[in-house]
Amino acid sequence: MTAVLTPPPLEAERIDETPIHINRSVTRADRIFRFVLASSSLVVLLILAAVVAFLSVHGWSALMQGGIHFITDPTWSPDSGHFGAMPLLVGSVAIAVIAVLIAGPISLAAALMINEYAPVWMRAFLTGTVDMLATVPSIVYGFWGLFLISNLQAAPAKWVVDHFAFVPFFRTPTPGEFVQSIFACGLISAATIVPIITSVSREVMAQTPRDACEAALGLGGTRWGMVTDVILPFSRSGIVGAFLLGFGRGLGETMIVVLVLSKANHLTFALMGPNGLGSIAKEITEDFTTASPLDQSALILLGLVLFGTTLLVNIVARLIVTRSRVVS
Amino acid sequence: MAGMPRRGQTQQLAGPNAVLIPERPKRQRRVPTSTLIEVFGSVGAALATVWTVFSLSSTSAPFGFVVSCLALFFVIYGIVCWRLYGVLIMKDRLATMAIWAGALVAFAALVAVISYVVIKGFSAVFTDYPHFLVADMSDLGGNAKITNLGVGAAIVGTVEQVGIATIITVPLGILTATYLVSSNGPFARMVGAVVDAMTGAPAIIAGLFIFLLWVKPRHDSGHTGLAAGMALAVMMLPIVTRAAQEVVAIVPGSLREAALALGAPEWRVLIRVVLPTARAGLMTAVILGVARIAGETAPVLFTAGGFASYNWNPFSGQQDDLPLRIYENIFQPGVVPVQAAWGASLVLVFVVLILFLIARLLGSSKPGRRFAPWARMRSSRIVEP
Repeated sequence: MTAVLTPPPLEAERIDETPIHINRSVTRADRIFRFVLASSSLVVLLILAAVVAFLSVHGWSALMQGGIHFITDPTWSPDSGHFGAMPLLVGSVAIAVIAVLIAGPISLAAALMINEYAPVWMRAFLTGTVDMLATVPSIVYGFWGLFLISNLQAAPAKWVVDHFAFVPFFRTPTPGEFVQSIFACGLISAATIVPIITSVSREVMAQTPRDACEAALGLGGTRWGMVTDVILPFSRSGIVGAFLLGFGRGLGETMIVVLVLSKANHLTFALMGPNGLGSIAKEITEDFTTASPLDQSALILLGLVLFGTTLLVNIVARLIVTRSRVVS
Repeated sequence: MAGMPRRGQTQQLAGPNAVLIPERPKRQRRVPTSTLIEVFGSVGAALATVWTVFSLSSTSAPFGFVVSCLALFFVIYGIVCWRLYGVLIMKDRLATMAIWAGALVAFAALVAVISYVVIKGFSAVFTDYPHFLVADMSDLGGNAKITNLGVGAAIVGTVEQVGIATIITVPLGILTATYLVSSNGPFARMVGAVVDAMTGAPAIIAGLFIFLLWVKPRHDSGHTGLAAGMALAVMMLPIVTRAAQEVVAIVPGSLREAALALGAPEWRVLIRVVLPTARAGLMTAVILGVARIAGETAPVLFTAGGFASYNWNPFSGQQDDLPLRIYENIFQPGVVPVQAAWGASLVLVFVVLILFLIARLLGSSKPGRRFAPWARMRSSRIVEP
């Protein structure tokens, strides 16, 4: 290791600005140590590579069977050899979008609350509360959602369907039924992605230069004026990144969807009732153990698609968030 | 803000150019009475109006009632503020209300889920109190009684599987975190990006991966606690690495440099300086990882097997665990298995939240401060040269 040190001037006339280079010899133990460090971080890469490799190898036969129709075919019925992942893909994305639409405003409110509005003594408590939401296991959310929320949201959902059915989304695939819908899944998943959106956007907002905030207040602006004109413009890209991260979490949400969503896979716009779109995670979880080899292969391919999409969304989101920190 | 005088404090500088910065007036923290009157007046007006309309038209929609009240409150309060203070103050007041409401929703969700689990699970856990924690689910059937069921086997499985995941993950995670902090090359950045991306990877993929890698080649004997532990480790590694990275990064560079300048080799700096300094934070990271992983269901679905009776050996034979037990019981016919599932949920939520609180308490101590009592004992030991 080469350390750079500037020596203190001994006498006034002997100021020498050139730094002294000290060569510390790297011992064998240190070389082994560095090797161990690097190889342990290689494990993460290896896991990623192995996941992709195993899923690709086992999903290969389904890909050969289906080709491009795997994505475009709107029917998923493995028994008759139709592997169209379209309704499952659209369903997974729809759940994540609904979750972000619901969780986004709540998270922004919570983040602003913690950073700007709450009294100082409340901040740690509020942060802990939001983080606690992430600690509750997702199967408990699913269980709670299946028994309570799915039924509670039925009445408002019926009202929306009765009055706003001219919007294709606000319809139900099974007339008269409103539980176990894509919407209910999104609603419950929102609880699990509030923490991630809140913590990331809170961190980004906290990096707004305090001078600018206080200048806005000092010019006679209201607190809301400071938020809209200083904090939000400054942290806009970071908030977009936070939303994307939440979207990625929503895509990968498994147990809530498995428990709450009705088992179906029809390509439809209607989101407010059962027997509509399906979900990748649910399809894998419920069918995998009983499926035929080709069916299994198709499910594995589905898993690969889900994994790849989530990974891509996460990487893009992290890039946006990191960049919003550097440029300030 | 460093170097600036705190609010309400005078700062005196010594020397000939001493400046006396006048004390700033304290910002008023108390909400003025007029604001309170406006807020509660608007709430009352909204409630009264909506209640009258709803009872006249005899509609019963609890959710609709709340939403209409909220909407009407915003309208009334907005008009009041607008007439009294003008449009800017109105926006500010309404935004403040909206932000409080939004934050309240997040808080309400947490309270709702925990209290519902407690209400539903209480009878299962406490009708025959300690028995539920030690019995197993082998009597599960159509006419099983709740007093014959329990989550003992599931607790054993969860502890062993999470233990295996922790043993695999902690050394790897801490070493990787150290590497990511100390190195800045393209390889380190790639590893960092992958760790970040894997943190949000779908849980079901971890289970699918270990199933294909470990369980499937072993056919019927593949479902073991070990396999479940490995699947959990896949989920846990990125979580622990990320958290440990943040902790190791805030170990003061001067400490490391001092040790290096004294001639200590890098590995000794890690073991004797960096890790002890970051101990409280690292423990927080590990406990948070455990709390996050203990409730994961999807990774253990294809790997643990879900054997209803006790199996103490994680290396052979199927095993149960808490999340898996909840999942299996929900789909059993009858009321009693679902009741037992609520009991299992209560146990799981309790354990996970206790772990979370421990982690928060540990984490609230500053880096370098030795929080753990045993560390205090050790640090008082006199080292003879």
